[in-house]
Amino acid sequence: MKALSQRRRHPLAAIALLLLGLLVTGGLYAVAGTVNEAKAQTTTYSAQDVEQGEKLFVANCATCHGINAVGAEPGAHGFQAGPSLIGVGAAAVDFQVGTGRMPMQMSGPQAQVKPKQFDEEQTRQLAAYVASLGAGPAVPSEEVLDTTKGNAAKGGELFRTNCAMCHNAAAAGGALTRGKFAPALGGVTGEHIYEAMVTGPQNMPVFNDANISPEGKRDIITFLHTIEEQGSPGGAALGSLGPVSEGLLLWTGGLAVIIGFTIWLTQRSS
Amino acid sequence: MSATSSTENYVPKTSVGRIANFVDSRTGGSAMVKELGRKIFPDHWSFMFGEVALYSFVILLLSGTFLTFFFNPSMAETHYTGSYVPLQGVEMSVAYASTLDISFDVRGGLFMRQVHHWAALLFVASVSVHMLRVFFTGAFRRPRELNWVVGGVLLILALAAGFTGYSLPDDLLSGNGLRIIDGVIKAIPLVGTYISMLLFGGEFPGTAIVGRLYVLHILLVPAMILLMIAIHLFMLIVHKHTQYPGPGRTENNVVGYPVGPVYAAKAGGFFFIVFGVVALLAANFQILPIWDYGPYDPSPISAGTQPDWYIGFVDGALRLMPGVIGNFPFEFVILGHTLSLNVLLPALVPAGILFTLLFTWPWIERWVTRDDREHHLLDRPRNAPTRTGIGVAGVIWYCVMWAAASSDLIATHFHVSLNDVTYWLRVLFFLGPIVGYIVAKRIALALQRKDREIALHGRETGRIVRLPHGEFIEVHEPLDDYHQFRLVNFESPEVLPAQPDANGRISGKEKLRGRLSRLFFEDRVAPVTPAELEAAHEHGHHPAIEETAAETAAETQVTGR
Ligand code: HEC
Ligand code: HEC
Ligand code: HEM
Repeated sequence: MKALSQRRRHPLAAIALLLLGLLVTGGLYAVAGTVNEAKAQTTTYSAQDVEQGEKLFVANCATCHGINAVGAEPGAHGFQAGPSLIGVGAAAVDFQVGTGRMPMQMSGPQAQVKPKQFDEEQTRQLAAYVASLGAGPAVPSEEVLDTTKGNAAKGGELFRTNCAMCHNAAAAGGALTRGKFAPALGGVTGEHIYEAMVTGPQNMPVFNDANISPEGKRDIITFLHTIEEQGSPGGAALGSLGPVSEGLLLWTGGLAVIIGFTIWLTQRSS
Repeated sequence: MSATSSTENYVPKTSVGRIANFVDSRTGGSAMVKELGRKIFPDHWSFMFGEVALYSFVILLLSGTFLTFFFNPSMAETHYTGSYVPLQGVEMSVAYASTLDISFDVRGGLFMRQVHHWAALLFVASVSVHMLRVFFTGAFRRPRELNWVVGGVLLILALAAGFTGYSLPDDLLSGNGLRIIDGVIKAIPLVGTYISMLLFGGEFPGTAIVGRLYVLHILLVPAMILLMIAIHLFMLIVHKHTQYPGPGRTENNVVGYPVGPVYAAKAGGFFFIVFGVVALLAANFQILPIWDYGPYDPSPISAGTQPDWYIGFVDGALRLMPGVIGNFPFEFVILGHTLSLNVLLPALVPAGILFTLLFTWPWIERWVTRDDREHHLLDRPRNAPTRTGIGVAGVIWYCVMWAAASSDLIATHFHVSLNDVTYWLRVLFFLGPIVGYIVAKRIALALQRKDREIALHGRETGRIVRLPHGEFIEVHEPLDDYHQFRLVNFESPEVLPAQPDANGRISGKEKLRGRLSRLFFEDRVAPVTPAELEAAHEHGHHPAIEETAAETAAETQVTGR
């Protein structure tokens, strides 16, 4: 200890400290990275899955995302260019294809949800193909989606701090700039909620495991499913849009009914 | 004491009668009831909004008192242990926790909260509509100017009551609202920061604000509202009610039912109707689900954060204001102090203009028309086209700002870009009132012309008759006297040009008045004169009459100038 404190002012001490700091952060980063990668390896896809996936991809996605999913030139084929999919992971494919966003139907501010075009098996094959191109977030396991182990109250707190500014505190959705929007989250499966967080579709940021731990993500899913299942204790929720729909109802419903009564009450004499 | 003398030889027979007589002979109650009971209330549906406001206030008092039994206005930290699962164990203020308890653990509590809140929305809405009725019918004119001002104060107090109440539960939504108010206060040059510190007892949000708002909300503001209502109703009794023009209705009488017993019964029944409507709303529609928003915490913000409807226009003005135009920023640093015009202007100026015009309007109109007579007969809005136009312009201006408060929801629900919504509303902010003024005034003038036409030639029956010599005519049916009277009998002020004063000079102010008078009345449609009416009736349908009528109208204008 004494030796250490004596060399504290040694000219090389600063450099040693810097090296140490870099080593620690670098090491931590590597560990965090392998955590994600480790998960990517938990779901194993067979070579056949990848092969089938590639076929599907070439037929349905390559126009926009390019052969080998390297991305296309902007404006190619009159389509909005699709980005490179190398390293987006199986989770991104499962989310985008599973919610019907991909293959994208129409250019616009944001890829729209529409009825799914691929069944589960095909989605799995597409995911296998994209996952084979580079490591990325995997489709979440049953374990992290098990909402019986989640805590709705904690999830609510996480949701209000991380998600409510775009999705609204009651998950009713909200507007972003220039026609983009964060959708309402009712009816979204736990798997897709999880994948949305780890892949950050379009204008949504990525919430990796360092931002919100897998347990935190499970709590958020639990919260979203709890508030959806419980309904609205106070009567019709009016779209959970807050004071705007309340005011609208008051003027068009409440006051209009009262005007009707006033006319009825004063009818006789005039 | 006439009351006591008149009851002297009256011998009550029942015990109830004896008690009543005992009280009456000592208080003179029957004289008061007689006096009040003989007051006349004319019947028209548009006269009933004041009552709706009064009744919703009574509902607010009743439901609010219930809430005070369970609400705890403390900002101390606690952990929720009540029965709402998604918040169990969450750290929150006692105020928020007690509102959750009212909602989930007090029997009937949620219903009462919803009654209170729906009644609050209805209260402000009915006050506003009541005020619009008074404006558009000219009921604010002498002798009722002061009562108009009292009404304006009541409107502001209603907004204050609503806002202070809205902030009590200490949920995320109301906290966001308070944060905006805090921002506006801090934008006031020099003193803003001090005021904010004083109000919140330190840096926002502090631990004092809910308690302070509570005192304002349940004591000061309701007391002032009660006082103002008392003054308002007292003046109403002194002035008597106004009425729409009609046969037998003059400036010196009031035609309608006496208060007792018919009107009193109707009014009493109407209270229960209003209560019923509020109760139906409260039982079926959720309002301010504070459990959705979570406890207040300065860091999170929710998308779709809006205030209750009556504060919306201020929120909308804030949303419409650009931070910079081109390279011109609305935020300056002067001598180390920041001047945030981008907050200050939208938050204070539109509301300031609206309320200044509102309070001074009776005097503005009196000055322009130089009409200082008493008015107890109302104008139909079409018969005061310029006032109607200006009123509509104000309403549209308000509505543009109001709509802007929901710009995000307009964007998501109509699938348009939020930016475009804002641009369009900015355009409408300036053009809307102008277009509204022109259109409303033209519609009013057109309706007046239609009235004139009907008064002269009767109602079109749609019956086509062929005359013996082959001509086709449509049969016009003359109106009955009652309806005829309504069409021809109204005041129609004329242009009053600038007048020289005692020294024979015309001051600049007087010139302005003359110009305004022209704006008000130059395109007036003159009411049908008895002579025209007679001529029209004698000759049946003659186009010549229309011409003479137009000529006389033109002549009156010329002489008027
Ligand atoms: C019409 C063109 C088009 C087609 C066809 C299309 N995509 Fe896309 N895709 C896009 C665009 C554009 C984006 C970028 C969306 C954005 O971020 O706004 C995208 C994004 C994605 C993403 C998200 C990438 C990320 O960074 O998370 C995935 C995954 C994806 N596409 C998969 C597919 C798959 C699989 C198919 C075939 C089934 C497909 N796409 C078909 C245009 C297309
Ligand atoms: C910056 C704004 C923003 C934030 C913050 C945000 N999101 Fe999103 N979210 C979006 C947008 C935009 C989309 C739509 C993406 C698309 O359509 O591809 C979206 C989509 C989603 C979807 C898919 C919904 C569907 O209908 O398929 C889910 C689930 C989701 N978000 C959950 C979350 C959760 C949970 C959080 C917080 C951890 C969060 N989001 C934070 C903007 C955001
Ligand atoms: C004068 C008109 C009044 C208006 C416009 C008004 C409006 C409001 C509003 C909007 C709220 C928020 C309610 C909610 O949580 O959804 C509120 C809360 C409250 N008000 Fe009033 N109020 C009025 C009068 C009163 C009176 C007279 C009392 C008491 C005697 C009262 C007591 C309360 C209490 C205790 C709360 C907080 C409890 C809660 O939020 O659930 N109010 N008020």
